[in-house]
Amino acid sequence: MPSAKLMQGNEACTIGALVAGLEFFAGYPITPSTEIAELCSEELPKVGGKFVQMEDEIGSIAAIIGASLTGKKAMTATSGPGFSLMQESLGYASETEVPVVIINVQRMGPSTGMPTSPAQGDVMQARWGTHGDHPVIVLAPGNVKECFDLTVRAFNLAERYRVPVVVLTDEVIGHMREKVVLPDWKDVEVEDRARPAAPGGYRPYEADPDGGVPLMAPFGEGYRWHVTGLFHDETGFPSGKAEVADRLLRRLDRKVSKNEPVIRDYVTESTEDCEILVVSFGSSAMSALSAVRRARREGVKAGMLRLKTIWPFPEEVVRELSKSAKAVLVPEMNLGQLAYEVERTVGCHAPVVRIGKVNGDLFRPDEIHDKIMEAAK
Amino acid sequence: MSDKKSYVHVIREKWCKGCNICVAYCPKKVLTLVNGKVFAERPHDCIGCRLCELRCPDFAIEIREASAVPEPEEETTVDYSIPPEATHA
Amino acid sequence: MSDILKYFRQDRLPHIWCPGCGHGTVTGALVRAIARLKLDKNKVCVVSGIGCSSRAPGYLDFDTLHTAHGRALAFATGIKLARPDLKVIVMTGDGDCTAIGGNHFIHAARRNIDITTIVMNNNIYGMTSGQYSPMTPKGFLGTTAPYGNVERTFDLCKLAEAAGATYVARGTAYHAQMLVDLCEQALTHRGFSVVEALTQCPTYFGRKNKVGGAVELLEWIKDRTVNSKAAAVLPPEKTAGKLLIGELYKNPQPEFCDEYDKVIAQVQRKFDGFRGGVRGCEQNSD
Repeated sequence: MPSAKLMQGNEACTIGALVAGLEFFAGYPITPSTEIAELCSEELPKVGGKFVQMEDEIGSIAAIIGASLTGKKAMTATSGPGFSLMQESLGYASETEVPVVIINVQRMGPSTGMPTSPAQGDVMQARWGTHGDHPVIVLAPGNVKECFDLTVRAFNLAERYRVPVVVLTDEVIGHMREKVVLPDWKDVEVEDRARPAAPGGYRPYEADPDGGVPLMAPFGEGYRWHVTGLFHDETGFPSGKAEVADRLLRRLDRKVSKNEPVIRDYVTESTEDCEILVVSFGSSAMSALSAVRRARREGVKAGMLRLKTIWPFPEEVVRELSKSAKAVLVPEMNLGQLAYEVERTVGCHAPVVRIGKVNGDLFRPDEIHDKIMEAAK
Repeated sequence: MSDKKSYVHVIREKWCKGCNICVAYCPKKVLTLVNGKVFAERPHDCIGCRLCELRCPDFAIEIREASAVPEPEEETTVDYSIPPEATHA
Repeated sequence: MSDILKYFRQDRLPHIWCPGCGHGTVTGALVRAIARLKLDKNKVCVVSGIGCSSRAPGYLDFDTLHTAHGRALAFATGIKLARPDLKVIVMTGDGDCTAIGGNHFIHAARRNIDITTIVMNNNIYGMTSGQYSPMTPKGFLGTTAPYGNVERTFDLCKLAEAAGATYVARGTAYHAQMLVDLCEQALTHRGFSVVEALTQCPTYFGRKNKVGGAVELLEWIKDRTVNSKAAAVLPPEKTAGKLLIGELYKNPQPEFCDEYDKVIAQVQRKFDGFRGGVRGCEQNSD
């Protein structure tokens, strides 16, 4: 039986990546994610993997896409400013369907902001940071154990759907230490991208137009295929034809939107009969859960929904759980980003109350508890 | 001189864009443009220097010695019965 | 010639470059060098950024990657480090490499990673129709330098050498035969090798600056260059203001991927076939 260990969130992300089969890491130092780069530089050589500290975050994401194209699982880790620099190539990975994992340990932004303070202001950037419609999956660990679990899941989803997957943590989740019992690596389910059997007749982007995922050949094995950020047809070569472009973009989008029910991942507590639904994620959800439990003890029918997948946004779940609610509260460390999606989904069922904390501190449970009591009146 | 080699000018008209580089630089004025495509007007003057071939931006001209036997196609490790870009049945 | 056609994706030709554009000549020179070296097509990766030059890999029958503007070398670093056994070639332009891509260029050179970089320098941004670039000579015109370019250019070869490249050469589309030899040298060199190929853009650079068409531009390129070996013996007034062509710098140094492999060999702890990751989680931070 694997023993318990006191582990940091960033460390758990790295161990998760290694267990998922990480073979290549390229990154650039940035608080509060640097521990991930440091641990990768230490652990990867042990397993024959490669680590490189690139000249900037633009180079980092470019390098991991290159590595992934040779068939290796590749990851980078960064925070807000670096994540902003990575956007163009995140879109490149999304459009060329190259699986990569990006860990974004959020910090107060915008700009240099407060590097050592937690925040959740990159929610919309994680979805819409790069230009154009594009599929992306964003997971949000809520504790150190989930840093391990969701990084493994991030690789599995990236490999399964050939999309970039962002693991969205924050300075608290990344730096705090918790007792963690990790599974034995042999028992962890790891997925690998589907590869073509032989080079002859290989069409790198041939797949079911309704969200199909093409087989992915590695570079250097005789397929000699072409990858371009230009819109391309099934052969991978550039094409500007209207129907080709339409077919490509809709297929790319459907890869994620069609599979939202499978990608969906969340935790609920006492939501069966809840009148006040609190929707949150990451470190804000820790304080929110404490507030919900206290309210319950005080006889208020509060319920907690903690999202572990932020994108694709689990609309059905939020719509379902908010049906009986008098109010839906969304505590997050920004001025309202997840709240937009909740408002869009809840619609006129119930009022959505944004609880934004933007001073660099975590929520105190009582701050959320007060709002619950206010809404319960 | 009797042992003067003679050359064959293999021209890929589809690729030639009539840029005139080969015509201008042929030391023996062998080439010319006809309807915007290269044409070997005086092939017997060709001395096989291959400047046209080397400088052609479109790979549209190739000089072969008339007597030369084409090189054997060296086998590759991977079977390419169907080229990667084959349209599917 | 026919021996080089097998390196092309012939069904993709004719290519998109304008009549008389030098990019085709440079691509041909590179392919001739590859043919001479009989490189295994399945082990060659050609990476490019954005711009006219960067369309080249699409026509070459290798694993090819057309990336984002200026980022070819960063993508290529990922490929090469992940698969050091592959021959990785970057085909880039003067803007792609020295403007937006400058940072990746100097760092790839500093690392001395075994990548051969062909910089197709036509002194202009061609794809976006004629803006001046960091390599447009001072005083020349571009659609964004209507009154003459006030900026100075890089000396790309000195920049590469100073940054740490261990093979640096400059060739031209005029001196096509030499360009094949330089490409061959660069490809056989283990470490970061750069070949700056001066080449002609008749559509924009030639027309905008009234130098003329492809042939006149080739003459212009010939007149502004001098062979580095000849320059060594020529009186200074013969070489003043001219760009040296030929092999300019060669200084083999330890290669980045080789050095990293040495680290792996030292560090490698046997994890009895463990597929990635640390065997026992409790021992990972000892």
